[in-house]
Amino acid sequence: MNGPGRDPVLSVRNLGVSFRTDGGEIRAVEGVSFDLARREVLGIVGESGSGKSVTALAIMRLLPEPPARIHSGQVWFGGRDLLTLSESAMRKVRGASVSMIFQEPMTSLNPVFTVGDQIVETITAHEKLSRAQARVRAIDLLAKVGIPSPTRRIDDHPHEMSGGQRQRVMIAMALACKPQVLLADEPTTALDVTIQAQILELLRSLQAEFEMSVVMITHNMGVIADFADRVLVMYAGQVVEQAGVHQVFDAPQHPYSAALLASVPRIDEDRRRLHTIDGSLPNPADWPSGCRFSPRCPHALPLCSTTVPELRQVSDAARVACVRWPVQMASEMASEMAAEAVRGR
Amino acid sequence: MTVDATSAVTPTVIEAIHLSKHFALKSASMLGAAPAPLRAVDDVSFSILAGQTLGLVGESGCGKSTIGRLLLALLPATSGQVMFEGHDLTQLDAEGVRPLRRGMQMIFQDPYGALNPRMSVERIVSEPLIIHGARRDAATRERTRELLELVGLSAAHASRYPHEFSGGQRQRIGIARALALSPKLVVCDEAVSALDVSVQAQIVNLLQDLQDRLGLAYLFIGHDLAVVRHISHRVAVMYLGKLVELSDRRSIYSAPLHPYTQALIDSVPPPRPLRQRRPPVIAGDPVLSGRPEAGCIFQSRCPRVAAQCLALEPALIEHRPGHWAACHRVEV
Repeated sequence: MNGPGRDPVLSVRNLGVSFRTDGGEIRAVEGVSFDLARREVLGIVGESGSGKSVTALAIMRLLPEPPARIHSGQVWFGGRDLLTLSESAMRKVRGASVSMIFQEPMTSLNPVFTVGDQIVETITAHEKLSRAQARVRAIDLLAKVGIPSPTRRIDDHPHEMSGGQRQRVMIAMALACKPQVLLADEPTTALDVTIQAQILELLRSLQAEFEMSVVMITHNMGVIADFADRVLVMYAGQVVEQAGVHQVFDAPQHPYSAALLASVPRIDEDRRRLHTIDGSLPNPADWPSGCRFSPRCPHALPLCSTTVPELRQVSDAARVACVRWPVQMASEMASEMAAEAVRGR
Repeated sequence: MTVDATSAVTPTVIEAIHLSKHFALKSASMLGAAPAPLRAVDDVSFSILAGQTLGLVGESGCGKSTIGRLLLALLPATSGQVMFEGHDLTQLDAEGVRPLRRGMQMIFQDPYGALNPRMSVERIVSEPLIIHGARRDAATRERTRELLELVGLSAAHASRYPHEFSGGQRQRIGIARALALSPKLVVCDEAVSALDVSVQAQIVNLLQDLQDRLGLAYLFIGHDLAVVRHISHRVAVMYLGKLVELSDRRSIYSAPLHPYTQALIDSVPPPRPLRQRRPPVIAGDPVLSGRPEAGCIFQSRCPRVAAQCLALEPALIEHRPGHWAACHRVEV
């Protein structure tokens, strides 16, 4: 299987999204940047309020504006900034070149139409095929996503299928026009664990076959471990760490990443107490000053609440937004220099 | 009071004996013949000891939520018994059950739906006390304050309303409410499934602390095998209404006997990224495969299926001390 290609197929730069609510302006996503390479699976992991879903919806231009407002950033795809496209131009991209699947298939499947009608609609909206030709492709797609007896099931309504099958139908719709990028927002969260394993395997094989790039958004570290090549960890609307999947698990650099990993119960261990993160997510309408994680961070320094940490490159493939890093590096460099000075004498 | 797992005298708090729940289905056939009833729970037996947690796992359609409701007499059983405090709950009417309800409570999955948004935290947590005869007086307020502190909240929270709290905090409120009448048994129905991972960890720790302090018995219904492993003393695995395996948690996870339990465990994504990706262990879908006419309930998806599995339903047998499985093809 080919690994990720070199030129990014999708580039997000400094994305910022806020929501106007009665409780004030909520800065849901701030300063988010990442590249997605061809054939790469990028995992975005975070808990409620992390901004991971809003990031994906902003890329797809699916956020209702108002109350949402994409106040900064660019999303480069195919040489264009998607955020500057007209709605009709974006509609040609959405579902065809960049597709999205969601957690709850019933919200993207229309209950009053057959699954066949819905897949055909996707195809005919983007390609010049007759309904009959599109129907043939729809049957192929249903077979490809593992729906048995596709020539019969194509005329089922969503409620006549199980959750796992509806998810497969949603994947079929999303892939109908062979998109280059698939955004998957918690696609297996609502599914039983054995079905989840099947759906992840399906996504893996389709990703390889279609040579797609995938952004997998989840709060489940196990899904990340199983599926992602690279990981973005988000907290309170910002990216706090970016690294290859092995590095994130073996040596998480940001205190939040480390704490998150430590609080996941493991199926292969008997532990008496789970590690927890003190406190709870602050009010999104009123993020703390400086580092948004500092009120809960066991390693917080006084300057953490006054300085906003930048996402800094700390090694070849890893970036961390933590003020400790320069502090740590500075002291390491100082001791290295002192050691050199001693040797040189 | 800490319960010693090896003590000779650990009281049984609740016992299900050959419990079944069937739902009659409306006929879809033009000929009017009634289809076979849906056997949501089928001949299930287990007991839960004081201070211990029985984890109940299984996928959609396995009947675990129905069992929770049967234990609390929220649903009438079709057959079998639920023994609690010396009474068979299935034989009691609503009046007869009511006084026993003090001893058994439930915590729900959805922290947003489980609390009345128009009631203050004070009223929510004290409501069970009021229903069972207490007055809105200083003693009740004191008890409410005690309960809030027990779950890691404070008296200051009593005058606030649910919408002012996070999911984890609302779950704590639900737990405080469940503890108001000092129950012996708490059914946790997917109580942490809707919470973020780090919040889930806090609530799991809280539930364990409360169990240690108050000697509570839990029926912990869940689908996350890692969480269930963590919090349970014993684990029961269900599939399409039947109990297929029952054991202490260590044996179930390290040496499961039933192929379905093995498949469940193998389907869980790994705790760390593996160098070599593994294919899914099991095909098919429990909801779609449905009940077979005869033989083992798991036959259509089982990697070890043999002729006898299609003909004869396996009984739940104690293959090792304390470790039960319903399978003809157990490899001990």
